[in-house]
Amino acid sequence: MTAAIFLDWSLNIALGVLSLSLLLAVARVVIGPTLPDRVLALDMLAAVAIGFIAVLGIRTGHALYADIAIALGLVGFLATVAFARFILQRHTIEEEKVE
Amino acid sequence: MIDALQNIFAAILILVGSGFALTASIGLIRLPDLYTRMHAASKAGTLGSCVMLIALAVYSDELSITTRALGGVVFFLLTAPVSSHLLAKTAHASGLSLWGGSVVDDYAARGQSNTADRLNVGP
Repeated sequence: MTAAIFLDWSLNIALGVLSLSLLLAVARVVIGPTLPDRVLALDMLAAVAIGFIAVLGIRTGHALYADIAIALGLVGFLATVAFARFILQRHTIEEEKVE
Repeated sequence: MIDALQNIFAAILILVGSGFALTASIGLIRLPDLYTRMHAASKAGTLGSCVMLIALAVYSDELSITTRALGGVVFFLLTAPVSSHLLAKTAHASGLSLWGGSVVDDYAARGQSNTADRLNVGP
Protein backbone atom coordinates (compact mmCIF):
# COMPACT_ATOMS: atom_id res chain seq x y z
CA MET A 1 0.00 0.00 0.00
CA THR A 2 1.60 3.22 -1.10
CA ALA A 3 1.36 6.49 0.78
CA ALA A 4 -0.94 8.12 -1.78
CA ILE A 5 -3.50 5.33 -1.50
CA PHE A 6 -3.31 5.52 2.31
CA LEU A 7 -3.97 9.29 2.12
CA ASP A 8 -6.90 8.70 -0.25
CA TRP A 9 -8.49 6.16 2.08
CA SER A 10 -8.02 8.29 5.17
CA LEU A 11 -9.54 11.29 3.38
CA ASN A 12 -12.63 9.22 2.54
CA ILE A 13 -12.89 7.91 6.11
CA ALA A 14 -12.48 11.46 7.47
CA LEU A 15 -15.25 12.75 5.21
CA GLY A 16 -17.60 10.07 6.56
CA VAL A 17 -16.67 10.71 10.20
CA LEU A 18 -17.03 14.48 9.77
CA SER A 19 -20.44 14.03 8.16
CA LEU A 20 -21.52 11.96 11.16
CA SER A 21 -20.34 14.65 13.58
CA LEU A 22 -22.11 17.35 11.55
CA LEU A 23 -25.31 15.30 11.87
CA LEU A 24 -24.87 14.98 15.66
CA ALA A 25 -24.29 18.75 16.00
CA VAL A 26 -27.40 19.47 13.91
CA ALA A 27 -29.36 17.10 16.18
CA ARG A 28 -28.24 19.19 19.18
CA VAL A 29 -29.31 22.36 17.37
CA VAL A 30 -32.77 20.84 16.85
CA ILE A 31 -33.35 19.29 20.29
CA GLY A 32 -31.29 21.71 22.42
CA PRO A 33 -33.60 22.77 25.24
CA THR A 34 -32.32 26.34 25.63
CA LEU A 35 -30.96 29.02 23.32
CA PRO A 36 -27.34 28.83 24.63
CA ASP A 37 -27.32 25.11 23.79
CA ARG A 38 -28.24 25.91 20.22
CA VAL A 39 -25.63 28.66 19.98
CA LEU A 40 -22.97 26.28 21.28
CA ALA A 41 -24.02 23.66 18.73
CA LEU A 42 -23.78 26.26 15.93
CA ASP A 43 -20.26 27.12 17.11
CA MET A 44 -19.38 23.42 16.99
CA LEU A 45 -20.94 23.24 13.51
CA ALA A 46 -18.60 25.99 12.29
CA ALA A 47 -15.60 24.15 13.80
CA VAL A 48 -16.53 20.89 12.06
CA ALA A 49 -17.09 22.78 8.80
CA ILE A 50 -13.54 24.18 9.06
CA GLY A 51 -12.21 20.62 9.38
CA PHE A 52 -14.33 19.61 6.39
CA ILE A 53 -12.84 22.47 4.36
CA ALA A 54 -9.31 21.37 5.30
CA VAL A 55 -10.07 17.81 4.11
CA LEU A 56 -11.55 19.14 0.85
CA GLY A 57 -8.48 21.37 0.41
CA ILE A 58 -6.19 18.35 0.59
CA ARG A 59 -8.47 16.28 -1.64
CA THR A 60 -8.89 18.78 -4.47
CA GLY A 61 -5.54 20.57 -4.17
CA HIS A 62 -7.11 24.01 -4.55
CA ALA A 63 -5.24 26.78 -2.76
CA LEU A 64 -8.28 28.90 -1.93
CA TYR A 65 -9.66 26.59 0.76
CA ALA A 66 -7.31 27.89 3.49
CA ASP A 67 -8.70 31.41 3.00
CA ILE A 68 -12.25 30.08 3.19
CA ALA A 69 -11.43 28.28 6.45
CA ILE A 70 -10.07 31.50 8.02
CA ALA A 71 -13.13 33.49 6.89
CA LEU A 72 -15.49 30.84 8.26
CA GLY A 73 -13.68 30.86 11.61
CA LEU A 74 -14.05 34.65 11.80
CA VAL A 75 -17.77 34.48 10.98
CA GLY A 76 -18.36 31.73 13.56
CA PHE A 77 -16.57 33.69 16.28
CA LEU A 78 -18.50 36.90 15.55
CA ALA A 79 -21.82 35.01 15.42
CA THR A 80 -21.19 33.42 18.82
CA VAL A 81 -20.24 36.75 20.40
CA ALA A 82 -23.31 38.45 18.90
CA PHE A 83 -25.58 35.66 20.14
CA ALA A 84 -24.07 35.92 23.63
CA ARG A 85 -24.79 39.66 23.72
CA PHE A 86 -28.31 38.98 22.47
CA ILE A 87 -29.01 36.42 25.20
CA LEU A 88 -27.70 38.81 27.86
CA GLN A 89 -29.80 41.73 26.60
CA ARG A 90 -32.94 39.61 26.32
CA HIS A 91 -32.45 38.49 29.91
CA THR A 92 -31.99 42.05 31.22
CA ILE A 93 -35.09 43.24 29.34
CA GLU A 94 -37.14 40.43 30.89
CA GLU A 95 -35.82 41.37 34.33
CA GLU A 96 -36.89 45.00 33.86
CA LYS A 97 -40.37 43.84 32.84
CA VAL A 98 -40.64 41.75 36.01
CA GLU A 99 -39.60 44.69 38.13
CA MET B 1 10.45 10.04 -0.31
CA ILE B 2 9.48 13.48 1.01
CA ASP B 3 6.17 13.20 -0.84
CA ALA B 4 5.41 9.86 0.77
CA LEU B 5 6.26 11.22 4.22
CA GLN B 6 4.05 14.25 3.63
CA ASN B 7 1.17 12.01 2.56
CA ILE B 8 1.51 9.70 5.56
CA PHE B 9 1.76 12.57 8.06
CA ALA B 10 -1.23 14.35 6.49
CA ALA B 11 -3.28 11.13 6.52
CA ILE B 12 -2.53 10.44 10.20
CA LEU B 13 -3.30 14.03 11.18
CA ILE B 14 -6.57 13.95 9.23
CA LEU B 15 -7.65 10.72 10.93
CA VAL B 16 -6.76 12.04 14.40
CA GLY B 17 -8.54 15.35 13.78
CA SER B 18 -11.73 13.75 12.52
CA GLY B 19 -11.70 11.43 15.53
CA PHE B 20 -11.50 14.46 17.84
CA ALA B 21 -14.37 16.14 15.97
CA LEU B 22 -16.52 13.02 16.31
CA THR B 23 -15.69 12.79 20.04
CA ALA B 24 -16.73 16.41 20.50
CA SER B 25 -20.04 15.83 18.72
CA ILE B 26 -20.80 12.72 20.76
CA GLY B 27 -20.07 14.76 23.88
CA LEU B 28 -22.37 17.48 22.61
CA ILE B 29 -25.18 14.93 22.38
CA ARG B 30 -24.50 12.83 25.47
CA LEU B 31 -23.48 15.27 28.23
CA PRO B 32 -26.15 16.49 30.64
CA ASP B 33 -26.06 20.33 30.68
CA LEU B 34 -24.73 23.36 28.81
CA TYR B 35 -21.51 23.76 30.77
CA THR B 36 -20.36 20.15 30.37
CA ARG B 37 -21.33 20.24 26.69
CA MET B 38 -19.26 23.39 26.32
CA HIS B 39 -16.32 21.53 27.86
CA ALA B 40 -16.59 18.93 25.08
CA ALA B 41 -17.29 21.26 22.16
CA SER B 42 -14.80 24.02 22.87
CA LYS B 43 -11.81 21.80 23.66
CA ALA B 44 -12.14 18.66 21.54
CA GLY B 45 -13.85 20.44 18.66
CA THR B 46 -11.23 23.19 18.45
CA LEU B 47 -8.40 20.67 18.67
CA GLY B 48 -9.97 18.57 15.91
CA SER B 49 -10.29 21.38 13.39
CA CYS B 50 -6.83 22.75 14.29
CA VAL B 51 -5.22 19.34 13.71
CA MET B 52 -6.94 19.08 10.33
CA LEU B 53 -5.71 22.55 9.34
CA ILE B 54 -2.18 21.46 10.37
CA ALA B 55 -2.63 18.46 8.06
CA LEU B 56 -3.44 20.88 5.22
CA ALA B 57 -0.29 22.85 6.10
CA VAL B 58 1.85 19.69 6.10
CA TYR B 59 0.42 18.42 2.82
CA SER B 60 0.72 21.62 0.81
CA ASP B 61 3.95 22.31 -1.08
CA GLU B 62 3.52 26.07 -1.39
CA LEU B 63 4.67 28.31 1.43
CA SER B 64 1.69 30.67 1.11
CA ILE B 65 -0.88 27.94 1.77
CA THR B 66 1.15 26.57 4.68
CA THR B 67 1.39 29.96 6.37
CA ARG B 68 -2.30 30.64 5.78
CA ALA B 69 -3.32 27.33 7.32
CA LEU B 70 -1.05 27.90 10.33
CA GLY B 71 -2.45 31.42 10.67
CA GLY B 72 -5.92 29.91 10.71
CA VAL B 73 -4.82 27.54 13.50
CA VAL B 74 -3.50 30.45 15.61
CA PHE B 75 -6.63 32.51 14.99
CA PHE B 76 -8.89 29.62 15.90
CA LEU B 77 -6.92 28.83 19.07
CA LEU B 78 -7.24 32.50 20.08
CA THR B 79 -10.96 32.96 19.41
CA ALA B 80 -12.52 29.64 20.53
CA PRO B 81 -11.83 30.09 24.30
CA VAL B 82 -12.99 33.72 24.17
CA SER B 83 -16.33 32.91 22.55
CA SER B 84 -17.09 29.89 24.73
CA HIS B 85 -16.11 31.75 27.90
CA LEU B 86 -18.39 34.65 26.94
CA LEU B 87 -21.25 32.24 26.20
CA ALA B 88 -20.80 30.40 29.52
CA LYS B 89 -20.68 33.67 31.48
CA THR B 90 -23.80 34.93 29.72
CA ALA B 91 -25.69 31.69 30.30
CA HIS B 92 -24.78 31.73 33.99
CA ALA B 93 -25.78 35.38 34.33
CA SER B 94 -29.13 34.70 32.69
CA GLY B 95 -29.86 32.08 35.31
CA LEU B 96 -29.30 28.79 33.49
CA SER B 97 -28.84 26.26 36.27
CA LEU B 98 -26.09 23.69 36.50
CA TRP B 99 -26.60 19.96 36.22
CA GLY B 100 -27.74 18.29 39.44
CA GLY B 101 -24.51 16.32 39.74
CA SER B 102 -22.27 19.39 39.63
CA VAL B 103 -20.14 19.78 42.72
CA VAL B 104 -19.02 23.41 42.82
CA ASP B 105 -20.36 26.71 41.44
CA ASP B 106 -17.83 29.45 42.05
CA TYR B 107 -19.86 32.26 40.45
CA ALA B 108 -22.83 31.58 42.73
CA ALA B 109 -20.49 31.28 45.71
CA ARG B 110 -19.17 34.77 44.99
CA GLY B 111 -22.71 36.10 44.76
CA GLN B 112 -22.40 37.00 41.11
CA SER B 113 -25.21 34.93 39.67
CA ASN B 114 -28.18 36.73 38.14
CA THR B 115 -26.42 40.09 38.10
CA ALA B 116 -25.89 40.93 34.48
CA ASP B 117 -24.28 44.31 35.14
CA ARG B 118 -21.40 42.71 37.07
CA LEU B 119 -20.24 41.26 33.76
CA ASN B 120 -19.10 44.71 32.54
CA VAL B 121 -20.41 43.87 29.07
CA GLY B 122 -23.64 45.88 29.31
CA PRO B 123 -25.07 47.68 26.30
